[in-house]
Amino acid sequence: MIAIDNLKMQFGSEEILKGISTVFEQGKTNLIIGQSGSGKSVMLKCLIGLLKPVAGSISYHNKPTNEMNLVQQRILREEIGMLFQGGALFDSMTIEENIMFPLRMFSEQSRPKMISRVNEVLNRVNLDGVNNKFPGEISGGMQKRVSIARAIVNNPKYLFCDEPNSGLDPKTATVIDNLIQKITHENDITTIVVTHDMNSVMEIGERINFLKNGILVWKGTQEEIFKTNNQDVTDFVYSSNLFKKIRDVQNKNI
Amino acid sequence: MKYLEDIGSYFLMLRRTFSGFTKGDVLRELIFKEIDDLVMSSLGIVSFIGFFVGGVITLQTALNLTDPIIPKELVAFATRQSIILEFAPTFISIIMAGKVGSFITSSIGSMRVTEQIDALEVMGINSLNYLVFPKVIALLTYPFLIAIAMFLGIFGGLIAGVYGGFVSLDEFIRGLQEDFIPFHLVYAFVKTYVFAFILATVPAWHGYYMKGGALEVGKASTKSFVWTSVLIIFANYIITQLLLS
Repeated sequence: MIAIDNLKMQFGSEEILKGISTVFEQGKTNLIIGQSGSGKSVMLKCLIGLLKPVAGSISYHNKPTNEMNLVQQRILREEIGMLFQGGALFDSMTIEENIMFPLRMFSEQSRPKMISRVNEVLNRVNLDGVNNKFPGEISGGMQKRVSIARAIVNNPKYLFCDEPNSGLDPKTATVIDNLIQKITHENDITTIVVTHDMNSVMEIGERINFLKNGILVWKGTQEEIFKTNNQDVTDFVYSSNLFKKIRDVQNKNI
Repeated sequence: MKYLEDIGSYFLMLRRTFSGFTKGDVLRELIFKEIDDLVMSSLGIVSFIGFFVGGVITLQTALNLTDPIIPKELVAFATRQSIILEFAPTFISIIMAGKVGSFITSSIGSMRVTEQIDALEVMGINSLNYLVFPKVIALLTYPFLIAIAMFLGIFGGLIAGVYGGFVSLDEFIRGLQEDFIPFHLVYAFVKTYVFAFILATVPAWHGYYMKGGALEVGKASTKSFVWTSVLIIFANYIITQLLLS
């Protein structure tokens, strides 16, 4: 579980996050949604420590990060898996080396053991036999799956995903979404997904946080988001013709 | 004000580069890879430039020393002094600022753009130590390149001078041995080490702190070449003043 309390962030005089408080539950896929520029990615970067918030606290299992010493912070980082928007695979390394990288850095396992673990997670993301390819030689969807494999190879307690579906076709996007949810449930990890894709909300949105202009304006579940009267949320949800039509059909049926 | 900020962030980068060390076996592997990428891969161009510029220096000197009372040995003497004192350490370093410096900036800059540096940081790895420290250590072997440039420069001068008919082999060898001051080699290698440090860290700073996309990577590489060259020339002046005057 990750809890944030009154989280504030600003760049210069521009306030990006204006006092956000929420809880991300363990064993659930927690979504942060909102329009571009709403502060989602900044919030994610604060959560993983790439940005230092100007105020507020972030607690991992009730332990505030600002009270952790360097060793505790390092241990925490080893418990974090991250799926970046573009995959962020090391392009000078093969797929196998990419996935093995966290193991080489943080474990004392023998090479055969590490390779066996790499094959295990590659199998987990349905990508067998790509060990010796380079990231540039595989498709965007496969790169995302490799990135997930790298994120989970060290059995993280927390999984962060920044726009996991960007640049993917709807079918591959669904595969990635389902994979993230399955991994979350199987390993009982706290997963946080930043997205503006309503299909992801439909697929995996167990807990949803809606941001607008740096303010958390709504939070709830997948079922609740389609019933809420919050104008900001409905504007966002029904901004696509597909969802408008679904709503119209549902209203007609009623 | 911006320059002061940049200087400050350069020294902060150095502090982080030399702390929070990456796991030993990984670091060792990275250092060997960097030696290959930065030093060994430059062997060809350095040898080529060294040989031909050495030849040109000899030709230019010989063609300009037409007075019969000036001994022919002076051609070799001038070639040796030019190559050891300035051409090999400084001129080659400026060329390396273009080759190696741009490579360092663009490779680190691309990693910044594609979030690979963020990925390292999220994993709890000190990205500066991981990326920059191996380059600094690898460039400790840079004097090896400069020594080759010195040797081939003088050899190129000998070939051009002797086979061009400007000076006999005996005169050239005598000229090379004339008034040789071993401290000049110390001076040349001291500044080579300073240039190596500049070559490893200044382009790395430009790549690491760049912002933007692919276009900015190109701009950062150009800026890195300009600033690395400026600092090499400036350091050359200071070191010469300190060690030779």
